[in-house]
Amino acid sequence: MRRQRAPWLLLLPGLLAIAFLVLPMLGLLAQAPWGSFGTLLNDPVTRDALRISAISSLCATAICVVFGTPLAWLLARNALPGTRFIRALVVVPLLLPPVVAGVSLLTAFGRRGFAGEFLYDTFGFQFPFTTAGVVLAETFVAMPFLIITVEAGFRGLHKDYEESAATLGASPAQTFRYVTLPLVGPALLSGIVLCWARAVGEFGATIGFAGNFPGVTQTMPLAIYSQLEIDRSLAVGLSVILLMVCLIVLVLLRRTYLRGDSSNT
Amino acid sequence: MTRIRHLAGALVATVIASVLVLSPARAAAPAANPAVAGTITVSAASSLIDVFPVIAKAFQKRYPGTTVRFNFAGSSTLVNQIKAGAPVDVLATASDATMLSAVTAGLVGMPATFAKNSMAIAMPADNPARIRSLADLARPGTLVGMCAVTVPCGVAGRELLARNKVSITPVTQELDVRSVLGKVLSGDLDAGLVYVTDVKSVGKRVSSVQIPARLNVTTAYQIATVGETANPAVAQRFVDYVHYSLSAQGILRAYGFARHW
Repeated sequence: MRRQRAPWLLLLPGLLAIAFLVLPMLGLLAQAPWGSFGTLLNDPVTRDALRISAISSLCATAICVVFGTPLAWLLARNALPGTRFIRALVVVPLLLPPVVAGVSLLTAFGRRGFAGEFLYDTFGFQFPFTTAGVVLAETFVAMPFLIITVEAGFRGLHKDYEESAATLGASPAQTFRYVTLPLVGPALLSGIVLCWARAVGEFGATIGFAGNFPGVTQTMPLAIYSQLEIDRSLAVGLSVILLMVCLIVLVLLRRTYLRGDSSNT
Repeated sequence: MTRIRHLAGALVATVIASVLVLSPARAAAPAANPAVAGTITVSAASSLIDVFPVIAKAFQKRYPGTTVRFNFAGSSTLVNQIKAGAPVDVLATASDATMLSAVTAGLVGMPATFAKNSMAIAMPADNPARIRSLADLARPGTLVGMCAVTVPCGVAGRELLARNKVSITPVTQELDVRSVLGKVLSGDLDAGLVYVTDVKSVGKRVSSVQIPARLNVTTAYQIATVGETANPAVAQRFVDYVHYSLSAQGILRAYGFARHW
């Protein structure tokens, strides 16, 4: 792709935006305790937190894909009565401060919440203070990102493709599986990435709903915040580790799936 | 009668006038009585969230023209914020250890202990796990919450358990005491280790187990002016007011804090 000459009216604010977004990350790198990364990575608390973060964010993303993608299609194709109202409703978690999300999850899925009470009375299971609770909190805050992105993908897709598949005798399920889904792939992938990134960074809803205990509910953001109270430089070290892991994942995804797709989107 | 009143009025007026005339000379003396007015920000431990606004109201009435704003969080968070340059005028922590870390970092002036607090067990009102003593917390399957060891309530809680030879694994380590109380109130915890004053603040919405003084752990609340305060006069007045005044100490007693002497 040839580089285009940029008018300074766009260039100046654009460069300022870069500086604004990059400077705090440079600050992290500058303050990172490079000498103690080995011990930090070997610390059981760090390992637990990385493990809990990986498990919970992947589970949350999977749940978002399984339930969010069908909903995105339904919204894009106006298949439900009151689509606009439903769309507004399901993106509310985007606007909700995460701490409020934690409290509202307690009112629904806590031991005394209206759904949680039923679970607890019938199965003796409760979400708070379990890794499942972390997954629930992350799913709640991350799903809207997937729905919005994937719905935009479905909307950008011309209905003609689906209709021609149908005239050629494909069932709605076959059409979705073999025509719609492959075409919407790039949107789905960026939705997944956004959704996963949001789940990894989740803090407020997690600590509010699932609590904070190493090895069970303490994800990386919670471990970082807890460490901040004791030793700032170690907290910065943990942040750098989290940042690196996320960057590696994103780069690998770009390498394997996004190459060549950038021209389509 | 009216004449006498007029006379008295004139006399008073003369006295006031002469004081006013003389006062510039007094004011020139090296800042003996700087104007106590303006806004201060007080960073205070989470467990002071109910009582400090009441004390501030009394303070503002005593010193018209002053405004007290608050920033509540776990004590160690507050110290870190000041370390990072937060524009704060007064620091009030829930333990002398956290205050000491601020003193050694050179962030605050001379601290004063202004109240004491001790621990209690809070349970949901219907006490689902039927907790009656500290030892009951160790029963398997009991969901107990406490503060993380990084905040004063977590240190006090661990000391309490050690002193009573009770060994538990909490299901959550919250970063301030009010979050522990919140999860007891919502019914998601069977019990939480909180301060006596937290239990008192929510009344009948929780059940509680009181711990006898000889088995309990006390924590000392300390207050100090922040070195980089923009309004040292009001900051010092507020510290003195909380520490010495009968009204502030009376309010603290009413909220369940123990006296500091």
